[in-house]
Amino acid sequence: MSLDVICKDIRIGIIERSFTAGKNSAHVGGSLSSVEIMTVLFHQVLKRSQEDFDNRDRFILSKGHASLALYCTLESAGLLTKEEVDTFEQNGSHYTAHAKKDVLRGIEFSGGSLGLGMSYAVGVAEALKEKGSPARVFVLLGDGECNEGIIWESLMFAKHRSLDNLTVIVDHNHLQADGPIETVLDTKDIAAKFTAFGYNTQTVDGHITTELKAAFDNLMEGTPNAIIAETVKGKGVSFMENKTNWHFASLPESKYKKAMSELTA
Amino acid sequence: MEKLDLKSYEGLGQAGAVFSMHLPDIIENYPSLRILTADMSYIAKLERFKALYPDQFINVGIAEQNLLGVCAGLSSEGFKCVALAQATFISMRCFEQVRQYMSYMGYPIILIGLAGGFQLQFMGNTHYALEDLALMRSIPGLVVMSPADAGEAVKCFQEALKIDKPIYIRFTGDATNLVYEDDYDFDYKKSVCLKDGKDITVFATGSMVSYALKAAQLVEENNRASVKVVNMHTISPLDIEAINNAQSSNLLISVEEHHINGGLGSAISDVIASKSNTPPLLKLGIGMNYSEVGDYEYLLKQHRLTPEMIADDIIRRYIQL
Repeated sequence: MSLDVICKDIRIGIIERSFTAGKNSAHVGGSLSSVEIMTVLFHQVLKRSQEDFDNRDRFILSKGHASLALYCTLESAGLLTKEEVDTFEQNGSHYTAHAKKDVLRGIEFSGGSLGLGMSYAVGVAEALKEKGSPARVFVLLGDGECNEGIIWESLMFAKHRSLDNLTVIVDHNHLQADGPIETVLDTKDIAAKFTAFGYNTQTVDGHITTELKAAFDNLMEGTPNAIIAETVKGKGVSFMENKTNWHFASLPESKYKKAMSELTA
Repeated sequence: MEKLDLKSYEGLGQAGAVFSMHLPDIIENYPSLRILTADMSYIAKLERFKALYPDQFINVGIAEQNLLGVCAGLSSEGFKCVALAQATFISMRCFEQVRQYMSYMGYPIILIGLAGGFQLQFMGNTHYALEDLALMRSIPGLVVMSPADAGEAVKCFQEALKIDKPIYIRFTGDATNLVYEDDYDFDYKKSVCLKDGKDITVFATGSMVSYALKAAQLVEENNRASVKVVNMHTISPLDIEAINNAQSSNLLISVEEHHINGGLGSAISDVIASKSNTPPLLKLGIGMNYSEVGDYEYLLKQHRLTPEMIADDIIRRYIQL
């Protein structure tokens, strides 16, 4: 199956579960923006085998509200079943708006509180280095999440310790809960900030899987890496694209049908 | 476990006993142990340890929140982590990280709050840790310890390594606090009755244990009442049995170098609130206000926490019964 087909299926999965979540609502916009990033990671980048589980590459979702994209990606990779993901945001489900750590299923971190996955990822990278493990750590941040001070504490530490087994990906979709990042807290030129912190920083179109793959193939040794993925919040569903109100929303039937007709066209 | 020479820790203070003496003695038994700090190795008396075992030491810089994240990541990969910074900052600046990593995710990090209470004297109110017990005991599953002297700080540290749970240990007092001269059995679930007495039971923690012992002596010298003194070295889980046993007293007292709201006294009142016919509880501690800055004694006097003032307050309440 081509990556583009997988991405499309994941988007359909996100819309389906956003609809079944009903009034509980879902973080649909920021899930749709990160689909290609997670797809490329789970289908082309992350090394993971049962025989050498301790040395698996770790993916840490720090922008924990994109859990729905993670669940659907894990389903596409065979780590979760459709039935499990279908319980999204149902009472008592393990699969809620913020994923809970379950390493056997590919969930490396209990997300929800922004910034905390970044700091944890740095600790994991430090530990793996110290153990001499070849495993790598990939952590996905939101651009709004980069408002959090702990992000920058962690970035400084990883550089100081030369954690070149760490790659930070920013889903740069330009919107946060209250609006465009430029109007909420202007974090102009995130790439320059990472470069200034000593990261080997690449900027790519976060919806072109080949560009993402090329960036993951081009990580530098000796220093931590950053990939700024330029993305569109709500990507793939015309009326959601670049719209703040789809950050966290419930999907009425009419909108659900419109979204599905676009995605299945 | 090998017997400890508690006398050898005398005069070192709690951080000195644990980090300059005990830790270098035992570290070779714990190859996966990592000591992490937020730029506070000097006041933690870690200079000797750092020089001897640089590979087991990590300084994350002045970044308490990231300190906890790095510890959690290391813990997830099998390292045992000790995180230390001033009690005020490690309990407040990264309160949420403590809940997330140590409680919700369950990593058994040993958190050390240095210089609890008024220990930072002329640094002023930003540096006094008077809320840490309240905060830490509100977190599910966190063990909260507050040792009485340098020897007991070592006992708490040993226990923390043994029980392998998420733990906060609060260091208080100065090098003059001395309660224990001989080694003793330590169990974090059991408080220690240091002195028996039938009329009044004083529950004390941390630096106030030695003060409570002196105060009890002063009360008895006035022939007012016989006083029992219990060292509540662990605030959470609280030794409920010790509180139940004190129900035969006529008066309960709590003494702590912590705000009177939220610490040991509050923890005891949570237990007795549902009892019928419980003796009253007088909570002694630091008032809910900011202090005039000064030396340790000056600060404690403002809050009536010298042995003489504690004894006066106990007597005053006792004669009202």
